[in-house]
Amino acid sequence: MDKKIYKNPFFKANPITVLVLGVCSALAVTVQLKGAIVMALSVTVVTGFSSMLVSLIRNSIPNRVRIIIQLVIVALFVILIDQFLKAYAYDVSKQLSVYIGLIITNCIIMGRIEAFALGNKPFPSLVDGLANGMGYGMVLVVIAFIRELFGSGTLFGLQIIPQSWYMANGGFYENNGLVILPPMALIIVGCIIWAQRAVQKELQEEQ
Amino acid sequence: MKLNTNSNIYTIVYTTIVVVIVAGVLAFVSTALKPKQQENIALEKMQSLLRSARLGEDVSARDNKSEYIKDLYSKHMTNDFVLNWEGNVIEGEAFEIDLQAQYDIIKQIAAAKTPEAAQARRERLELPVFVCTIGDKVLNIFPCYGPGLWGPVWGYIAVEDDFETIYGAIFDHKGETPGLGAEIAHPPFYNQFVGKKLSRDGAFKSIAIVKGGGQASNPNGVDAISGGTITSQSLERAIAMWLNEYQAYFNIKRAAITAADNCNEECCGEETSNDESGECENEGQNHEVKEHHTK
Repeated sequence: MDKKIYKNPFFKANPITVLVLGVCSALAVTVQLKGAIVMALSVTVVTGFSSMLVSLIRNSIPNRVRIIIQLVIVALFVILIDQFLKAYAYDVSKQLSVYIGLIITNCIIMGRIEAFALGNKPFPSLVDGLANGMGYGMVLVVIAFIRELFGSGTLFGLQIIPQSWYMANGGFYENNGLVILPPMALIIVGCIIWAQRAVQKELQEEQ
Repeated sequence: MKLNTNSNIYTIVYTTIVVVIVAGVLAFVSTALKPKQQENIALEKMQSLLRSARLGEDVSARDNKSEYIKDLYSKHMTNDFVLNWEGNVIEGEAFEIDLQAQYDIIKQIAAAKTPEAAQARRERLELPVFVCTIGDKVLNIFPCYGPGLWGPVWGYIAVEDDFETIYGAIFDHKGETPGLGAEIAHPPFYNQFVGKKLSRDGAFKSIAIVKGGGQASNPNGVDAISGGTITSQSLERAIAMWLNEYQAYFNIKRAAITAADNCNEECCGEETSNDESGECENEGQNHEVKEHHTK
């Protein structure tokens, strides 16, 4: 199997920073690290298994309705995850609430199915799906780290910035309210893309 | 034989099969997981009720979480009952009452065009009350429920037996903005309610959730959440609407407390017949508890 399948999604063809897919959810669920990690895991499972299933039946799917069929399969996995979280990880399911359901609309999943799973065998499709989910999750975790630390002063809900630093307790520090709002997440995504392009010159368009 | 995957018949048959299989899988999983999910929901409700009475705060540190909650619940939640609009106990299972359905009635009462129509709706109300006993403290826990910014917000408020002082409160929400409106579900917000009063100058006054409301000098207000204005306002409305419907019950209970106080002054100061003093000792205990709370 080509190494590129599982290497590219992390850096060279990262779904968020290079393909610019799934940005919407990257803005929505990155306020706290815990939510971001569960979201990343859920998306990874969904992309992996729906890619594999679509790849298994790729030769029999009628071309005219292929998007609908793919959507049904993606929705199947998303609802399964939602149901299992509700039964076995109720706290997390409550925290993520609507965003689990919204995985269906995550462009990465449909993007990978259309671009890869439809033309490849099941196993490479599974690997491609999982790798893309993880590449997406990696960026999510970075954004959530920055947003939770500077927006709430916590990581995984634990206080990191000392209470005595806060203005309320006579210190000099105040949480940055802007970081909690989605626009700041977009700015952080922009900064990550900037940094990546500065390192990887081949991503830069020719003038 | 090579199938023509582009023919209409093939497309229709194929999609039908796929949809039926997917529906079957989902129906099976949903049925299989339902008992577990409902147990989680009931457990969540028990935990909320306990947390409103400031019990079980260490629950996340426990391994056998569900056992611990059930134990604590059966130990402390000594009673629950359903009230009608007049504050009288009616038949019903308080734990099973759907807060959303009751909220719909409360909303209809507010929207009614004539007092008669409002009254007709009010008579359909079923208001749950949960009684929690911690040592010699008896707390009455009242629910509230209403729309937030993105979805419903709800909570439980534990009131001490003077029917005035809030002992504890807890709130939750379906989908408020994380870090903003969602902060209502975190201790820095709901712990503000501890010790606040539900009355001012002898009349009922709900808790105001406003900027600068949390000053110690203000017994009827807490600080709102910056950036979560709509959630704060919605919660304030929900609390006021629900507690307002419980006022009949509050008045009955407060009248009983006043009567007990009077009895206390009249007969416990001097030696009287055995029967009466026995009665008064009980009431006197209540009185002591109340004084203790107000400290």
